Amino acid sequence: MSASFLLRRLAYLALTAFLVSLIVFGVTQLLPANAATMILGEYATPEALAALNAKLGLGDPAWLQYGHWLGRVLHGDFGTSLRTSQPVGPTILAAFGRSAILAILSLLLVCVIAIPLGVLAGTRRGGKTDLGLSVISYLGVSLPEFVLATLLLAWLAGPSVGLFPASGYTSFADDPLDALHHIALPVITLAIILIAHISRMVRSEMVDTMESDFVRAARLRGLSRRQVIYRHALRNSMLPAITVIALDVGYLIGGVIVVEEVFAFPGIGRQLILAIQNRDLPMLQAGALIMALTYALANLAADLAYAALDKRIQYQ
Amino acid sequence: MSTLRALLKNPQGALGLVIVTALLVIAILGPSLAPNDPEAFNFGSRFAAPSAQFPLGTDWYGRDLLSRVLVGARSTVLLALLATLIGTVAGAVIGVVSGYLGGLADEMLMRVTDALMAIPSLLFALMILAVLGSSAINAVLAIGIAFTPGMARIARSVTLQVRSLDYVSAARARGESLIWIVLAEILPNTIAPVIVEGTIRVAFAIMTLATLSFLGLGAQPPAPEWGLMIAEARTHLFRSPWPVIAPGVAIALVAIGFNLLGDGLRDVLNPKTAE
Repeated sequence: MSASFLLRRLAYLALTAFLVSLIVFGVTQLLPANAATMILGEYATPEALAALNAKLGLGDPAWLQYGHWLGRVLHGDFGTSLRTSQPVGPTILAAFGRSAILAILSLLLVCVIAIPLGVLAGTRRGGKTDLGLSVISYLGVSLPEFVLATLLLAWLAGPSVGLFPASGYTSFADDPLDALHHIALPVITLAIILIAHISRMVRSEMVDTMESDFVRAARLRGLSRRQVIYRHALRNSMLPAITVIALDVGYLIGGVIVVEEVFAFPGIGRQLILAIQNRDLPMLQAGALIMALTYALANLAADLAYAALDKRIQYQ
Repeated sequence: MSTLRALLKNPQGALGLVIVTALLVIAILGPSLAPNDPEAFNFGSRFAAPSAQFPLGTDWYGRDLLSRVLVGARSTVLLALLATLIGTVAGAVIGVVSGYLGGLADEMLMRVTDALMAIPSLLFALMILAVLGSSAINAVLAIGIAFTPGMARIARSVTLQVRSLDYVSAARARGESLIWIVLAEILPNTIAPVIVEGTIRVAFAIMTLATLSFLGLGAQPPAPEWGLMIAEARTHLFRSPWPVIAPGVAIALVAIGFNLLGDGLRDVLNPKTAE
């Protein structure tokens, strides 16, 4: 990986981050005729509206409002929550940390299960594993997270099975076992949906690789099927899998929002929904910005990993 | 006609077509197919499991779940189709114009779509709903807007392939106007890939719409919308799973139908990308 590629990619990230911040700010603050009306409701008194307008700086021109907001955000100041009157920054960062644990555990589980599953199905194309996987992945792709989460909740946390708590959160620092017990159901839900996506992608990559010329050449050289799969095909199929997993971080973020809501998990998704329900503008902007930037960073990480692993790629 | 015949020979396409056709019939006839009154309370049989009288069981008021799901089909499917249509038409027009014009306009439009696609689509839809306020129609708009950039990308890439073909140059040489060339010469050629993508997007739209209603930001009670039905069932979750299973299976079945149909159409209309 050349230094110029790294620099170019970082510049692209900066541009994306800038445009995303513009969109987040523009959509949430500038679209409604008056954000103060949106916050206070349409029956607010003119005095209350004027006071809030002044407090939020809504009288200023749009570019100036954006500049002020961006300046504060870059200094780590996300403003004050309109719902709790607490600073947004620490609240949202703590929630983000909890969501990150949830997301990372799910991704780990997915990688451990989905990649071998996809490889197995791809190398035995048309077999029972392949057929079973394609039926299951169709189901997984077509079942929204909230349906699966609610059904798992009713089944595994219900009074007759009672395997997991229905909601809540314990910090891993306080009691690791109890924390794992609480986070298990959200992680399982997210993992099932993502496994359906990723195993299908790994499978089709594996099918393509197994049919490629270099695999055939390796077989003709007299290498065993096993050697070809593990030493040649697998490595080449893993590269696209990295990209797929990074793209699925977008799904994962959507899934996290929904799953946190179902299991009352105090993460960033729940903060976002609370912010929308309570018209808490600073919290909404902070939550949306952090989630979108996480997605951008995941894509950057995937691009860098791809470039580092694939020696053929020479980005100009 | 040949497309339809090819589609019926494709196992995924045929199954998808059957499910989607059945669904459209149900959406049109929905209320008259319902075996019971979807609003009638039967306090004698609350939380009933499936039986001959109530094929999918009953909810906490003893309302027949099958009837409620059937009645909800029309609005759920219509709204999802509408959301997809908004995203598809807006995206196709933007993509074709951007690809045909090229140069600075193309560059700027594509940077904006890049930035929009850098935001996960559910998050983007949530942001739009936060501004517009919660309602079924606003949820449709939000999903349509969230779909637009992806659609624009696809339409643009097809336009770039078509733009340099001789028949477009011929139209330009004839002195046709820009609008004519875009609408009559280029847009028809982008239709196949756009339809394939659109069909798969309907599945997404159904799932996203139900998700938004579940989060309380889409359809509002007492609408028999499937996502909303599940949200309302949460209070009584441990009494009976049927109020969740009935609409949940309906959502999954519809999404599977459109996913299968979309995959089948892709195989038939574009053999190059077929597996």
